[in-house]
Amino acid sequence: MPLIRGCGWMAVAVMAEYGQDQVVLLGTWARLADLLRRAGDSDIWYSFTRSPFTMVAGAVTMVIMLSALFAPLVAPHNPFDLASIDLMDASLPPAWMEEGDVRFLLGTDDQGRGILSTIIYGARISLGVGFASVIFALFLGVGLGLLSGYAGGTVDAVIMRVADIQLSFPAILLALLVDGVARGVLPRDTHDELAIYVLIFSIGISGWVQYARTVRGSTLVEKNKEYVQAARVIGRPAILIMLRHVLPNVMGPVLVIATIHLALAIITEATLSFLGVGVPVTEPSLGTLINTGQDFLFSGEWWITVFPGAVLAILVLAVNLLGDWLRDALNPKLR
Amino acid sequence: MFAFIIRRLLQSVLVMLTVALIAFGLFRFVGDPINNLVGQETTLQDREKLRETLGLNDPFVVQYWNYVVNTSKGNFGFSYMHRRPVKDMLLERMPATLELSLISVILALFIGVPMGVYTGLHRNGILAKAFMSLSLIGISLPTFLIGIVLILLFGVILRWLPTFGRGEVVALGAWSTGLLTVSGLKALIMPSITLALFQMTLIMRLVRSEMLEVLRTDYIKFARARGLSNRAVNFGHALKNTLVPVITITGLQLGSVIAFAIITESVFQWPGMGKMFIEAVGDVDIPVMAAYLCLIALFFVVINLIVDLLYYAVDPRLRVDGGGGHG
Repeated sequence: MPLIRGCGWMAVAVMAEYGQDQVVLLGTWARLADLLRRAGDSDIWYSFTRSPFTMVAGAVTMVIMLSALFAPLVAPHNPFDLASIDLMDASLPPAWMEEGDVRFLLGTDDQGRGILSTIIYGARISLGVGFASVIFALFLGVGLGLLSGYAGGTVDAVIMRVADIQLSFPAILLALLVDGVARGVLPRDTHDELAIYVLIFSIGISGWVQYARTVRGSTLVEKNKEYVQAARVIGRPAILIMLRHVLPNVMGPVLVIATIHLALAIITEATLSFLGVGVPVTEPSLGTLINTGQDFLFSGEWWITVFPGAVLAILVLAVNLLGDWLRDALNPKLR
Repeated sequence: MFAFIIRRLLQSVLVMLTVALIAFGLFRFVGDPINNLVGQETTLQDREKLRETLGLNDPFVVQYWNYVVNTSKGNFGFSYMHRRPVKDMLLERMPATLELSLISVILALFIGVPMGVYTGLHRNGILAKAFMSLSLIGISLPTFLIGIVLILLFGVILRWLPTFGRGEVVALGAWSTGLLTVSGLKALIMPSITLALFQMTLIMRLVRSEMLEVLRTDYIKFARARGLSNRAVNFGHALKNTLVPVITITGLQLGSVIAFAIITESVFQWPGMGKMFIEAVGDVDIPVMAAYLCLIALFFVVINLIVDLLYYAVDPRLRVDGGGGHG
């Protein structure tokens, strides 16, 4: 990426021009520029620019993520603002069809909400839940894996047995079960309020095993290396050795798992919402949109369900492609 | 060998006991079982009497033990919603799910294996590359989306196939089958393809990578050097050796097919166990949830056990170092 690398060099040149005093002022900038320059020179970036599929996937992911993040600015309408919805606009087909309306590019649903806007807001919830559950699973899995590998013995045996048992059940079943239990334990109105957190918990808890197993494996290798022994000899506490010395060296594969897990988490969220046990109807995600749209399929209003479905499929495909590429790029055997 | 089987059996029993503990925990601590059994007008004394007769005041371990004994006899209690024994509900719906799952696995095998062999042999062919790209899409598309696309295409636009239900069923004793009527078979087409697609892509990719691996080995080179026909080398020597992991994975996947049937069943309104489970989750019908959990766990454990034992029988290396390492 010449542009980024150029920026980096420019910053370095500016530093040389302005002399010592300004360097302090420019310190933060220089550090950022240096980081960018190094990223531009890295192997990963090189392999990224070598693979057109990956670049398209990266661009698609960025577009969907950014429009989801800035949904209120990007979306043509606010589908949750009752004042802006007009029932007269209900069930309009996409703009390029005969009865379409230019205001609603992808048509409207039965309540007159623009499909494009609901998709952008829906992607926001889908991605939000996806990221949150990946982060939850990552912290839990990496923590337990590190503990399991470093401590060994009974702790290791217990954690890994639990992981084995959990691994023999499909994630979706576990997530469904957690959700069902939450429904039983929490009163109805509390449950609706907490539904998103319950969902994040249920998807996260069903995904930690992969992280734990990988991190445990690498920890077992790392803990016998000299730098860990040296840290132990100078008397650093075990918890610090785990977090400051071992952890940075086992994080590589975790990034790959996290990317692929993000795709899986988005699918799981969509599936649960589609089954009607995910996010509450008041905050529809892509899965909810597909579910509500399914009823209109038979009356010929295909756009209500097809467009959210297409966006979901494209998003998951793009993230999967990124994950595949990252796995190959980080694998030294394939270089 | 004997020690291995014993250890493996003990492990399975332990898993089942853990699952039963979770199921029992659901029963006991999620909501009050008494409230779910009786109406509002029941007096406190009656409730207390019922509590005593049902054994809800017994120590936890005793209750758990009773639960395990009852469950292993197939006695799962009464559904809170439908006021019927869960056992009857399960038996009624099991044929639908099992037929769907079995047909899907057969489809996945009979389409996935040839596709995998083809893409493995013609690695750089256009068709093989097309298959591979399609399989990536197959993995990325959520099951329910595939179902909806099929419904839209063949149900709504072309109107060739029914979009919901099982069609007409014929009762063979306790087993109601949809495989013997035309409408039953037609109704089966879309759900089974939906359910099979993911496994199919998985099997195809697995067979492909195994084929690529095996084709590089010396004995294949030797077979070619002996002047055997391509057919004999590819199918007699190569494919045969790729099938062990394929059978293992397919066996293990059979369990997840039954679990994934939850999604397919609710897209196509298929009257099976998965749909019953998802309804139970929505209604917080704990006995049904617990029973489904135990049943699925049993499926998984039995399949895992069989696959492990098969592996042991097939792979002589396992026998030498006595199972070796973690299960």
